[in-house]
Amino acid sequence: MPGDDALALTAEEESMLAGEQGPATAMCMRLIVGVARANGAERLVPIESAHADGCLYHGVAGLEFTERLVSLGARVRVRTTLNVGSLDLLHPGLVRAGAEVTENGRRLMDAHVALGCEPIWSCAPYQSGHRPAAGSHVAWAESNAIAFVNSVLGARTDRYGDFIDIAAGITGRVPYSGLHLQGNRTAALVLDFAAVPAALLDDDVAWPSIGALLGELAGTRVAALTGLPGDLNDGGVTEDRLKALGATAASAGGVALFHVVGVTPEAPTLDAVLAPGATTVPVTAHDLRRARDRLSSAATTSLDAVSLGTPHFSLSEFAALARELRDGPPFASSVDVFVSTSRAVLAEAQARGYADAVRDAGGRILTDTCTYVTPVLRDGIRTVMTNSGKWAWYAPANLGIDTVLGSLAECVASARAGRVVRDERLWG
Amino acid sequence: MSGSGDEPVTMSGRSLHPGAADGVVLALDEPLSFWGGVDARGVIVDAHHPQRGVTVAGQVLAMQAGRGSSSSTAVLAELIRSGHAPAALLLAECDAILVIGALVAAEIYGTSLPIVQLTGDDLARLHTGTQAAVLAHTAPRPATVIAKTR
Repeated sequence: MPGDDALALTAEEESMLAGEQGPATAMCMRLIVGVARANGAERLVPIESAHADGCLYHGVAGLEFTERLVSLGARVRVRTTLNVGSLDLLHPGLVRAGAEVTENGRRLMDAHVALGCEPIWSCAPYQSGHRPAAGSHVAWAESNAIAFVNSVLGARTDRYGDFIDIAAGITGRVPYSGLHLQGNRTAALVLDFAAVPAALLDDDVAWPSIGALLGELAGTRVAALTGLPGDLNDGGVTEDRLKALGATAASAGGVALFHVVGVTPEAPTLDAVLAPGATTVPVTAHDLRRARDRLSSAATTSLDAVSLGTPHFSLSEFAALARELRDGPPFASSVDVFVSTSRAVLAEAQARGYADAVRDAGGRILTDTCTYVTPVLRDGIRTVMTNSGKWAWYAPANLGIDTVLGSLAECVASARAGRVVRDERLWG
Repeated sequence: MSGSGDEPVTMSGRSLHPGAADGVVLALDEPLSFWGGVDARGVIVDAHHPQRGVTVAGQVLAMQAGRGSSSSTAVLAELIRSGHAPAALLLAECDAILVIGALVAAEIYGTSLPIVQLTGDDLARLHTGTQAAVLAHTAPRPATVIAKTR
């Protein structure tokens, strides 16, 4: 184990640490250096952008830290977008938070804006105009966004969280360690999907199920997935599938990077990403069904609500939902339907008529936050259906409710029927 | 490493965050995400976790790795502020998400939660319910964990 401090700083970084660029920059550099020393990093690396998730209220500590930065005069020095907050600032009636979260959650969001961050309020910044170039170094927080920017965009971030994200935005530096290093981006594990029927992989519920299996098998390791279809230039279908896969894998395991061979930018071939001594696990349709069933805790077909858009719904997902809703009956009055999205995507969905299609069917659209991080669902809700593996993973503990994982089409059919409807034919 | 049995053994690790603590070991069977996995009083609420219902507050928490959401940083900082944090964290893998929570709490509240990286083998020798003493110097200098093993 390394003993001596191996970390070397540039003159500019020493200047920040010494307080020559203000006390806020110095405090942020102490955090960056503290993590660099823990990681055993030999130097820091400049970043091109940050995505910060410290704007979601978790208690007084985060608020006091952020307001301390504001009072010390801090400003971000690279582009820094903001993850979801605890409130929907556009639709304030939808979130039923108590006084502390309403008051402090708003102060925390305002403090991040005062630091110069962009208030996109989205957990899918990559679908709200923040798409770093392949190979660029960035500092992103929010586990699904980390998995996406690394895997699907091929930019390089380690797993950042509250506080270090904003510290990176303010200093423009992160430790040169973890997934910033090429040698840590190779796959120790290969999951081979060649034996899974193509028709099953064409069902959108297959993708969070793959994510759950990946998280379970890989833990925090980098994995390569072979035998999966996809084309990142197909108008959003593959991108949305990999978003669902990564979000679930990051929740069920600690996955921050995966390669889909022949699809994602760093893996034109398996050889391009294979680590020496990697093991291969063949995956069957049965394995995927088991992973899907693990994300469904409900034992009956009764249904109280449907939640879509975790991570935030994309424009292509809105288009698919609008197609499902065309010419059909509205949602059952007994089922509350929520779609979480960013305000940028909502504006586009509004312009194209998708948002009205959702509202006309009886659905409600939530922005700036998400249905599982803040109180939106009414009291008494016991069973919720979702197309999100991440939502299904966290909701039982966060909200104390039962979940059913289903495809977008199954979610719509269930919301109309007022009970859980699933098409089991493909799953055998 | 020797001295199994009644005599405490001294394990050498790597400091990830400085501090000193004494407490009772809670050895987790699976990694834990603080966010979504632990409530405001430090009780494990993750429905998937085999030790659901157990409290981490005041314990010397031993786990192979952190898991899941990057919001665990803020949850750990808040547990430190409110007095419901573990007494120390012992990990087999460095977890920056937890380290930064301890660093921020140190900046804002002057606390010092020790976080120590041990080998996976040493970590596996720690058992729930045994007493442990943790001393971690400034990262990345050495750290020691003194505990009874079996």
